[in-house]
Amino acid sequence: MHGIVPAANASLPAFLLFSAEPLAHLRLLDIAIIAIYFGMVIWIGIYLKGQANTSEEFFMAGREMTAWIAGLSFVSANLGSLELMGWAGSAYQYGILATHWYWIGAIPAMVFLGLVMMPFYYVCKTHSVPGYLGLRYGRGASSVAAISFAIEMILMSGVNMFAMAVVMKVVLGWDISFSIIVSSVAVALYVGLGGLRSAIFNEVLQFVLIWGGALLVPILGMIQAGGVTGLKKQIMHNMQTMTGGVAGDSYFHMWRDLGSFSANPMGVHWSGIVFGLGFVISFGYWTTDFLVVQRVLAAHNLRAARMAPIIASFFKMATPFIVILPGLLGLVLLQNGDGSRRELVGEDVVAACSMTSSGAVADVAGCQAAMSKTSLSAAAQSKVLAGGPDAELHSYNQALPLMMVRYLGPGLLGLGITALIAGFMSGMAGNVSAFSTVWTYDIYKSLINKKGSDSHYVLVGRLSILIGVAVSIGAAYLVMHAHGIMDYVQALFSIFVAPLLASILWGMFWTRATKQAGFIGLLSGIVFSASLFMWVKLTPSALASVALSPDAKPMAENVYRALWAFLFSSIVILVISLVTKARPIAELDGLVYGATKLPTEEPVPWYRSEYTWALLVVVIFAGLNILFW
Amino acid sequence: MHGSKIPIWFFIGVLLVTYGLLITGYGIYELATGRLADVALSQAHAPVWWGATLLALGIFYMAKFRPGKAKK
Repeated sequence: MHGIVPAANASLPAFLLFSAEPLAHLRLLDIAIIAIYFGMVIWIGIYLKGQANTSEEFFMAGREMTAWIAGLSFVSANLGSLELMGWAGSAYQYGILATHWYWIGAIPAMVFLGLVMMPFYYVCKTHSVPGYLGLRYGRGASSVAAISFAIEMILMSGVNMFAMAVVMKVVLGWDISFSIIVSSVAVALYVGLGGLRSAIFNEVLQFVLIWGGALLVPILGMIQAGGVTGLKKQIMHNMQTMTGGVAGDSYFHMWRDLGSFSANPMGVHWSGIVFGLGFVISFGYWTTDFLVVQRVLAAHNLRAARMAPIIASFFKMATPFIVILPGLLGLVLLQNGDGSRRELVGEDVVAACSMTSSGAVADVAGCQAAMSKTSLSAAAQSKVLAGGPDAELHSYNQALPLMMVRYLGPGLLGLGITALIAGFMSGMAGNVSAFSTVWTYDIYKSLINKKGSDSHYVLVGRLSILIGVAVSIGAAYLVMHAHGIMDYVQALFSIFVAPLLASILWGMFWTRATKQAGFIGLLSGIVFSASLFMWVKLTPSALASVALSPDAKPMAENVYRALWAFLFSSIVILVISLVTKARPIAELDGLVYGATKLPTEEPVPWYRSEYTWALLVVVIFAGLNILFW
Repeated sequence: MHGSKIPIWFFIGVLLVTYGLLITGYGIYELATGRLADVALSQAHAPVWWGATLLALGIFYMAKFRPGKAKK
């Protein structure tokens, strides 16, 4: 899975390779539960092999999915383990502000995709988002998008694979290669055999498992914390030492303290949340990222395709209960062996205080310096430096696994671990199935072999799954040996998304946007976005310029960079379109609003209309934002 | 229509029933022997009621979406 992983936690647990004792020990019952899950996903792949023999079946699941299946798969492909753990960690760090990435950072875009954009994706019968760009702007833009998608998906898959393997090592003590190989082989099998239909079926299964395995944690946590009132009271008490000047109750307000960068724990401003996250990043991901859009394209008719993202949006709104709430609960409930509160720290502090195999801190001076910037008490710091059992530090990203270990005994822990593995595998399957489609249609068929038979392209698709998984494994090992690469790979999404959104939106809604404008706007936007990223990377003080405030913190970088890249690409597209020749309107039928006669759908009762359900989504979304103001 | 003879919900039902039986079974073992797992809130006997929830949901899915009965 790629997508919107929190920037502050983007350098996931490369350094945790050095941790000693695993957090939990699996019993036979837990292992049985995990093994049964692997058996089931492979059985589904084998069962569906007979229904993946044509290219329409293999790459588009025969376009036969119901709205519910397409919708759950749509949200599940996004709900990967890195996201589960990363956002729980962000909630631990920043409080309820992390929820923005689930609400304003997703819901408006999902509704927009369903009601406005799906007709074009569906009517033009494209196999992919680069395919749409090819139809609208020609092969140049399509190739840029396809190649960047393909590289991004495979590298992200590898990074996620490595990060997941490290979490399994830390939590369970599993060998890293074992985790990588077992999960990769399973994904390669069930996607290679059953194609997109198998990926989608397993994503729905994985969605149910993620909820079944993770929901118990916030339920038990809230019981122990004493409900919302008890949780708030204890967080306020703990925040007296932790907030670094930010009011403790800022952890419970989503909008109140966004008038100033320095007034909230995340160091962002509402303009960045609304325009950078709520518009550019959110729309860029949910309406153009082929990994998720492919699931909706597999729907069996236009109404189902429109309804699918709307159904998904209800579940997306509910996801903070299993992701954000455990992070908040971790602030008050996680304990050390002696009963004292366990405080989590950043990855850099964990790395600086990594321990040798004998349990001693490897770099005492470095560890001391790193801990001095945290809110760890003097007693806690001394304990870390003294080494020994229970002295090891844990990072924000371990908030969710630590909460699982705290509450889940035999059987339930196996289910919780299965939920994490399922989350990872749904994301990986999404990546490789999307890669396979983009490779086969937009690179191989478009640029290399235009005249193959249908069965030939299916074979190419199956082989590309194997090759994609193999390259991902290679990427995982590359990241293992060169940890710094992780930041760059995870930045790829945020570099591509804004220019891609600009080119698609202008192309879909403005008949005047020309071929040259689309291509140059996309390419130059990617270069601009990459340049901003490198500028901040090499000169951290540049963040103040990108975010227009000296009080901005790293989480603000992504949202503002996306905004500027979108504006840059838009200006380029606008200017070049005005000085180049537009395509005749007749050629834009099926591709652009205003030039397309959309198919009329059969009238349905109001309670079956996608507009009714979209309105309900909007009302709930508004209500939640007001409730947690 | 899912385009397959066995709907995905049936597969999900099978898995939930399996997990429900295993986890509830363990929960009943804890209750019978008094040997609770060393986790927080073990006295809430979560394996019993959470396992039962999974089992009930699984039975529902298997019954409603069994092959031949599911709507196309």
